[in-house]
Amino acid sequence: MKLKNNTAKHLLTGGLLSAGLVLAGNAQALTVISFGGASGDAMQEAYYTPFAQKAGITLTPGDYNGEFARIRAMVETGNVSWDVVEVESPELARGCFEGLFEPIDWELLGIQDDLIPAAIHECGVGTFVWSTVLAYDADRLSRAPESWADFWNVEEFPGKRGLRRGAKYTLEFALMADGVAADDVYDVLATAEGVDRAFAKLDELQPHIQWWEAGAQPPQWLVAGDVVMSSAYNGRIAAAQEEGRNLEINWTGSLYDLDYWAIVQGSSHVETAYDFIRFSSQPDTQAQYSSRIPYGPVNPAAIAELSEKQAARMPTADANLEGAIAVNTDFWVDYGEELEQRFNAWASQ
Amino acid sequence: MTSIAATQTAAGTQPVTGLKAQLRRAERLKKIKAMLLVAPLALFLIIAFVLPISSMLWRSIDNTEVSQVMPQTATLIQQWDGSGLPDEAVFAAFAAELRDSRSGGGLGRIGRRLNYEDPTFRSLLTRTLRGLPASTELSWTEELISIDPRWNDTATWQAIQRTAPLTTDRYLLASLDLERNAEGQIVKVAENQQLYIQVFKRTLIIAGGVTLICLFLGFPLAYLLATLPTSTSNLLLICVLLPFWTSLLVRTAAWIVLLQSGGLVNAGLMWTGLIDSPIQLVFNRIGVFFAMVHVLLPFMILPLYSVMKGVSPSYQRAAVSLGAHPFAAFWQVYVPQTLSGIAAGTILVFIMALGYYITPALVGGPSDQMVSYYVAYYTNTTNNWGMAAALGALLLIVTLLLYMVYHKLVNQKQLVRS
Repeated sequence: MKLKNNTAKHLLTGGLLSAGLVLAGNAQALTVISFGGASGDAMQEAYYTPFAQKAGITLTPGDYNGEFARIRAMVETGNVSWDVVEVESPELARGCFEGLFEPIDWELLGIQDDLIPAAIHECGVGTFVWSTVLAYDADRLSRAPESWADFWNVEEFPGKRGLRRGAKYTLEFALMADGVAADDVYDVLATAEGVDRAFAKLDELQPHIQWWEAGAQPPQWLVAGDVVMSSAYNGRIAAAQEEGRNLEINWTGSLYDLDYWAIVQGSSHVETAYDFIRFSSQPDTQAQYSSRIPYGPVNPAAIAELSEKQAARMPTADANLEGAIAVNTDFWVDYGEELEQRFNAWASQ
Repeated sequence: MTSIAATQTAAGTQPVTGLKAQLRRAERLKKIKAMLLVAPLALFLIIAFVLPISSMLWRSIDNTEVSQVMPQTATLIQQWDGSGLPDEAVFAAFAAELRDSRSGGGLGRIGRRLNYEDPTFRSLLTRTLRGLPASTELSWTEELISIDPRWNDTATWQAIQRTAPLTTDRYLLASLDLERNAEGQIVKVAENQQLYIQVFKRTLIIAGGVTLICLFLGFPLAYLLATLPTSTSNLLLICVLLPFWTSLLVRTAAWIVLLQSGGLVNAGLMWTGLIDSPIQLVFNRIGVFFAMVHVLLPFMILPLYSVMKGVSPSYQRAAVSLGAHPFAAFWQVYVPQTLSGIAAGTILVFIMALGYYITPALVGGPSDQMVSYYVAYYTNTTNNWGMAAALGALLLIVTLLLYMVYHKLVNQKQLVRS
């Protein structure tokens, strides 16, 4: 017992000492906060460890659940202990608006041309892409649906369809089904006529829709045969495919969104943070990350370094990006509440 | 010893008032002791019940975002008559306070509040902040208008004016599908935005339906439990209580598994040949009733059972022996004696059902969502706590009103007697 206690004490002192050293020599340290979980593990192996080795710095990883208030408190008290933070797009828009993140100097960063356009934000650098896609059970359909117009075609493809219960994604898909080109969707949706048009299109399909609430539901329903097609998150479908289910994805008209790296306003390691972001945006590190988890790289060159099977599942593979659009976060931050209320009123009828 | 002697002397000189004073002191002491005993509970109730509810009620009319972040602008703009443009002082105060709002999270708060008035306000503020110089040679009026022509718009400033007072009725009105038009009159919102009146009706209908089903299912079961020998009834009672020890989510998920198109119930019905194709049992109103009745049934059975346990069977027997039809004896003699149990069970189930959120969210369709779903939606998803509080406050008022009506309807004496 005594020995154990002593060991613990030594470890503790050692830990405190090294923590002290880290604090003292903070020019060579970087704190990176992610959402943790499987994605955090992949980041550790693909980004953190190699970067710390290469740059010869101490990288302190951490995770959080997207608590915006913590970042705000740090910035307001001037006690900024986080440097680089992974944020989702609505939080990035809000934080940028409130001045919680350092604006990105894209010329200094110098990787603008390597990334997909959606990864470039005033206050953040995209790091991976996930997508809301049209998924279907290939065993149940006579031919593969090719577009959202096919999703609406209940004569050729009889059976229920799954859609997310909410206006976001649903209205975009309805407009695409009505023949609006993917690139024009948000321009049309910003007008009153466009919104009316989307709801009119939803009217057509309403009796055939089964609404999902959680991301786990679409693959489960597809497998159980409750629905023949559904909108779904690509990562969930990839997981079901791994389990041997014959679920397929149609990428035309898919909506992709990104998670971003942002630098907390007032961080004292902005230069190192830039180095880290530059490092984690390279084709080889991005490929390392995406080979561990089915989130797409923001650097299209990374696709070439993945196995063919993996590459085909990435939202950012060339073939999959064709006809896909990025979710317009600013649009949803501004109009979301109004449209969600109208959606709820519509769905209640 | 000395104090007793002192009181004795005091009592000796003024016998009557001295005794009274002693009595009063003793009573006061008792009261203080009693209060001290109750104090922890009272404190707990105030902290855990009264304060949160009052702060929630306050949030439903709270309009202090702009007046806190931009105190000067808020004061000045309230003096404006609402036509044309406000004067230079308002523009100058606004420009200065907008610049300062970046620190302390103020910008986020006013951005969110102003966006409720007009969904493009947030981007207007961003653009304005970006172009805002530290000082200007022109007037601030010209400066702001040169950054964005919308500052030349009366409607823009009217929107800010509406957010300046300390309280607002917009959330409560919106919860009743009402709003104020540009002239300040209360009007109905556009038809495609009308939602909450329907949601309130739906909430009452679902809660009432669940209560009735629970009563019809629970009454015979409670009767059985109360009349069976103790050993058997205890076993049955454990079966009734078993769901209590299972998580609500697990039970709800189990219903989905049972009721879905490829689920056990549909498979069984198809196997027996009763139906040819699966019928929709979940993600609609049927599923909501199934799951909610299952969860709430014990809350009906237990009060009924405890009351029935105390009802002597001899009254009913006496009625029959005096020539009453067995049903009449049951209906006129037995049921009235269980009225207090029925009252307690129905009110318990009804009020719990009113606040149900997770079960309808999981097994219901979009037209089965109840008020609390929207409260959760506004609290968690859109961060619009004003709307969440207004809907919650209205639900609270509706519940209290119903409870009062119910109290009048159920005979007070019946409740007291048993």
